Amino acid sequence: MSTATMPLAGPGTRPRYGSMSNDRKWAMRWSYFFLSLFVVFFLTPPIYMFITSLKTSAEISAATNPWWVFNPTLDNYKELLTSNTYLIFFRNSAIVSIFVVTITMIISVPAAFALARMKFWGSATLATGVFLTYLVPDTLLFIPLFKMFATFHEWTGIQLINRWWVLLVIYPTLTVPFCTWIMIGYFASIPKELDEAALMDGANYRQILFRVFIPVALPGLIAATIFAFTVSWAQFLYPLAFTTSADQLVLPVGIITTLIKGDVFNWGQIMTGALLGAAPPLIIYAFLMDYYIAGLTAGATKG
Amino acid sequence: MVDATMPQSRAATPAVKRGGFHKAMQRRSTIAFLMASPLIVLIALLVVYPAGYAMYLAMLNKSMQRFVGFGNFLFLFKRDTFWLVVWQSCVFAITAVAFKALIGFIVAHFVHNIPNAKQRKWRGMLLIPWVIPPAMSTLAWLWLFDPSYSAFNWLLSFVGIGPIPWTGDANWARFSVILVNIWVGAPFFMIMYLAALKSVPEQLYEAAAIDGASWWQRIWYVTLPMMRNIIAITTLFSLIVTFANFDIVQILTAGGPIDRTHVFATWAFRLGIQSSDIPLGASVSLFMFPILGIAAIFILRDINRRGNESA
Repeated sequence: MSTATMPLAGPGTRPRYGSMSNDRKWAMRWSYFFLSLFVVFFLTPPIYMFITSLKTSAEISAATNPWWVFNPTLDNYKELLTSNTYLIFFRNSAIVSIFVVTITMIISVPAAFALARMKFWGSATLATGVFLTYLVPDTLLFIPLFKMFATFHEWTGIQLINRWWVLLVIYPTLTVPFCTWIMIGYFASIPKELDEAALMDGANYRQILFRVFIPVALPGLIAATIFAFTVSWAQFLYPLAFTTSADQLVLPVGIITTLIKGDVFNWGQIMTGALLGAAPPLIIYAFLMDYYIAGLTAGATKG
Repeated sequence: MVDATMPQSRAATPAVKRGGFHKAMQRRSTIAFLMASPLIVLIALLVVYPAGYAMYLAMLNKSMQRFVGFGNFLFLFKRDTFWLVVWQSCVFAITAVAFKALIGFIVAHFVHNIPNAKQRKWRGMLLIPWVIPPAMSTLAWLWLFDPSYSAFNWLLSFVGIGPIPWTGDANWARFSVILVNIWVGAPFFMIMYLAALKSVPEQLYEAAAIDGASWWQRIWYVTLPMMRNIIAITTLFSLIVTFANFDIVQILTAGGPIDRTHVFATWAFRLGIQSSDIPLGASVSLFMFPILGIAAIFILRDINRRGNESA
């Protein structure tokens, strides 16, 4: 790619070519130097989480070097992974995220297929509407939703507030628009000849979707799945507003409400809890980084 | 690939008979509409309706018994805190987005400068802040900023800079929430800009170099025009997300000290959920609407322009 290309001129430019590659070399060295600085800036908080998670309460409150662990211990991990409440938060987060990912895919893949390939009345408007929906933030909707749930309770007697499964109902509003949007992009990029060929072979729409589109657009599907999972796992405002009792909480809210008691911060436990809570998205990211990045850029570069 | 599982007899019958063509088309649009219907129901019921409902709620009194029209808004206009929140939200969003864009642009160039084989590893490390759920990473920042055990202040004490009240003093707290927001968001910009940088044809730079352009001219006349669209889309999109940000401010300062870091989202949460004044909370959050709308219009325009370019 960016290797020094030979200039097309004669011998007169020779020395200049040498200087250019020299420039490149220096540009590269400087790039490495500055990138290292930025990596330090970007990775300090997670590394500090890890450092703190290995400390005892005594060492945290001692006036020693905070960036070093003198007596590493796994007590924080042991305590959290055997504590019932933390495991419940983890379980709630996992159940909610897996369900939401499933619901999201069931809704957005057929919808994206319909919007990308089968024109119907208002489909273009709907595609734009999907994108606009994606821009409506949770911070605008949580108050009316809160009141809607209360009204729903008055009418039907079914309580939605403080039930973890209410999150299954509202998280899709955050994931479905984006996933539909990027799947439209991926589906639209599939050459028309493929589905025409399938139609000629006598396939119906369901078969075209499952045998042609989903296999061909699988990278996009994986990217959308990862996105839906990450968003569900990280969502903080909705569970904070809609769930209160300890057995209904998900991880981000659970860590903040149970590990911080009044003014007492048990920092070792908080950092361990936060790190373990950040682990699932990080592990997925470690293995599927390219899909992650493809999904990120597809949202803006396609469509 | 497609294996033709359909029996030959079906395939042999002409699928589109004269006159049946119209029916087939109609049937096709019906199927499509049915496939998209769960999406339509979801958006109508849980996005469009609540957004409209918020406007209705904003016109009720606190006990939600009486219709007060624009009373809540007039009440807000008279409160100093409201104007403080408006100003803080704008400063927070604009400053954070500007720095995110700048850092993203610079880091993307650095990553672009190193050999391709090594880029993947660096890109991977640099995107980590964006992958960690913000609620979790903000806790780490809160701990780094802790008044008594701040690891930052411990380092600064060696340079002779006295303990900084990261979250205790109004201006430092504003600085801190913006810093954390930049930390979370800059990697996203970096990835976007890197993708845009890679799509700039190398020949343009060669032509610029032959014409004797300096590095600054190369950025100004080649890189920026080629990336203009991505820069616009990413910036506007980030502006919406940052403007509506909740997690970082809520965890780091909860709006304090004395409301000096509240943004629309956290103040709406304070009023609507914690003080149970749903109409007032709804009124506050509705003030985000015009700004989101304007940004959305521009984004749509840019995305359509992109589509036309690539077509």
